[in-house]
Amino acid sequence: MFTTLRRQAGTGLAVLIVFTVLCGLVYPLLVWGVSRIPGLSATAEGQGPVPVVAVDPVAADAAADPYFHTRPSVASLPASGGSNKAQDSVDLLTVVSQRRALIAQREDVAPAAVPADAVAASASGLDPDISPGYAALQTVRVVRVTGLSENRVQQLVADATDGRILGFLGEPTVNVPELNAAIAAATTSRQE
Amino acid sequence: MNDTLAGLLQVALLLVLLAACRAPLGDWMATVFTTQRHWRVEALIYRVVRVDPSSGQRWPVYAAGVLGFSFVSIVLLYLLQRLQPLLPASFDRGSVGPATAFNTAISFVTNTNWQSYVPEQTLGNTVQMAGLTVQNVLSAAVGIAVAVALVRGFVASNTDRIGNFWVDLTRAVVRIMLPFAFVAAVLLLVMGVTMSLRSGADVGGTTFPLAPTASQEAVKQLGTNGGGIFNANSAHPFENPNALSNLFEIFLMLVIPVSLTRTFGTMVGNRRQGSVLLAVMGGLWAIMLTLAWLAETHPTGAAGIAAGAMEGKETRFGIPSSILFGVSTTGTSTGAVNSLHDSWSGGAGGVTLLDMLLGEVAPGGVGAGLYGLLVLAIIAVFLAGLMVGRTPEYLGKKLGRREVTAAAVSILVMPTVVLVGAGLAIALPGTLDALNNDSAHGFSEVLYAYASAANNNGSAFAGMTVTSDFFQSTLGIAMLLGRFVPILAVLALAGSLARQRRVETDPGTLATDKPLFGVLVAGTVVLVAALTFFPALALGPIAEALA
Repeated sequence: MFTTLRRQAGTGLAVLIVFTVLCGLVYPLLVWGVSRIPGLSATAEGQGPVPVVAVDPVAADAAADPYFHTRPSVASLPASGGSNKAQDSVDLLTVVSQRRALIAQREDVAPAAVPADAVAASASGLDPDISPGYAALQTVRVVRVTGLSENRVQQLVADATDGRILGFLGEPTVNVPELNAAIAAATTSRQE
Repeated sequence: MNDTLAGLLQVALLLVLLAACRAPLGDWMATVFTTQRHWRVEALIYRVVRVDPSSGQRWPVYAAGVLGFSFVSIVLLYLLQRLQPLLPASFDRGSVGPATAFNTAISFVTNTNWQSYVPEQTLGNTVQMAGLTVQNVLSAAVGIAVAVALVRGFVASNTDRIGNFWVDLTRAVVRIMLPFAFVAAVLLLVMGVTMSLRSGADVGGTTFPLAPTASQEAVKQLGTNGGGIFNANSAHPFENPNALSNLFEIFLMLVIPVSLTRTFGTMVGNRRQGSVLLAVMGGLWAIMLTLAWLAETHPTGAAGIAAGAMEGKETRFGIPSSILFGVSTTGTSTGAVNSLHDSWSGGAGGVTLLDMLLGEVAPGGVGAGLYGLLVLAIIAVFLAGLMVGRTPEYLGKKLGRREVTAAAVSILVMPTVVLVGAGLAIALPGTLDALNNDSAHGFSEVLYAYASAANNNGSAFAGMTVTSDFFQSTLGIAMLLGRFVPILAVLALAGSLARQRRVETDPGTLATDKPLFGVLVAGTVVLVAALTFFPALALGPIAEALA
């Protein structure tokens, strides 16, 4: 029995070495080679046409905050992660209430008007997207602070919005870094 | 379009894709494991490792192959992690501690992919590629080999040979896992998944860790492995950037387990036998999906309601795409996550737990799902035989004492390990400090951990801190027992089935290719799990959902 096991383990070691080369070097490096094709290489390096990861921007002056904000993150950035708090967690309820109050104050709206994604931390902690509802909520403040017209800002929000893929996959999203870059560009060109 | 309709259309598209692939892939796999012809690259491998591909093995030798191979795999993976500072492209991420390295080596070799470390801060490219990607392929191939050996036991007659493990393993890697993983990886690249040998990328002024993602993501899903190359797993935008990649990743984890039912039907010469098993898997999956969806869209916890059940979910996925992923990942033995199960509602989180405790047969892991359900089908035939008082037969083989004993051992290991492990952990004073949540949900975290380990799933109620030596070692042992005891029992079963001559069916034989048998098997699956786990579930998710 032990002789059989030892002999089979010996064969196993040889097989493992062969497959480590095949599956651990040849296969991933082939895929990496494909990823060097122009058109794929930028997203492969995390540099897509729009950022797919984001950290919430911090305004220099909280009273004149020109940014659209991402969802809360509890990750130890830049590593990814979420809170793992349960839906009956008292801690989570406290945190969510605090976030709701802060956002309501920042946007000058009633706490009940703050949408769910604004007060809930994402799973990755790097989520670049917010719901169209949360973007709409922040539009009023961004219009006031940047001096851009409401139509202009709404247009930029619409440009940064993606509907469901094929009309039914996933959820509608607004990409925050893309939107903030567009707002910054519009603000600069207006001032010049 | 309203949310429910969009979600249902997504499920429909997934089912269409799976239905389209099942017959061609299932029949391809049947050909792979029955043909006499070797590919040139395979012949070369056999020569290098000095294996005679034409020699069949008795079941103890086949089993020794599985165990010996898995043992050296664990040792190599442990050493790679411990010696990481000496390896190239490790980005100064240091040597992995002994307890974590032990747990991780077992975890990836047993197809569990439980992770007690933060990958993007712990592992460099060499360990990821030469260690983890390799085991993502190989542990899946081992699962397929064992399932095929069991099916051969039914097909063969009057022989003590059940195939050659090294041939089955090599073919599973060369003809199934690697080519399909390569195609899947390229499609993931097109969908926007990252693939980099650099340590990080500057996005908007912050440097985010990068990794050789696409190649590992493809095989992580296709092989029902589930170990993320990033901490947030498939919730990380670099691993799963949009709803299309998300649907594709769900498809990848289901396609081989679903297609193996066709392989089984084709190999035993009656495709309806495979269709019945598929119906059981699909029926359970659909029930779990419905329950979880209902629970998550009607949360009961105050915090869950306040946060609209969005805590721990990504905006681009929302509730339906997160639920679809979560039910599929726990119904297979994948354990990848695109949302945090710990933050799901009591009811929906309980469904993911139950999905694993059913023995992961909805539709189960690569290979493990098929042999797991075949074992439960044997129990179902045995129960039916007891009712009418005749010797039970399945696929022309009599199920005597040896066969039923092997089947019983195979299904009893997991509940034993889960209940003893969780019971022991909860009795220890230190455990309460490791929990991330209070009361019933805290208990669910512990139960989930042992259910995930013993079923080789690998998903987690991840708030719990599992880095203590106690958890690292007991969860490691749970993974070993949950993987290899059933495999040994299944191979013994294959051996004793192969030795029998086929018996002729008569009008009194239970028809195992009819819907009624499907109902009997599904009933057996649910009954075994319900009787074993109801008390534990009542203390955890059920208490939480009713609170």
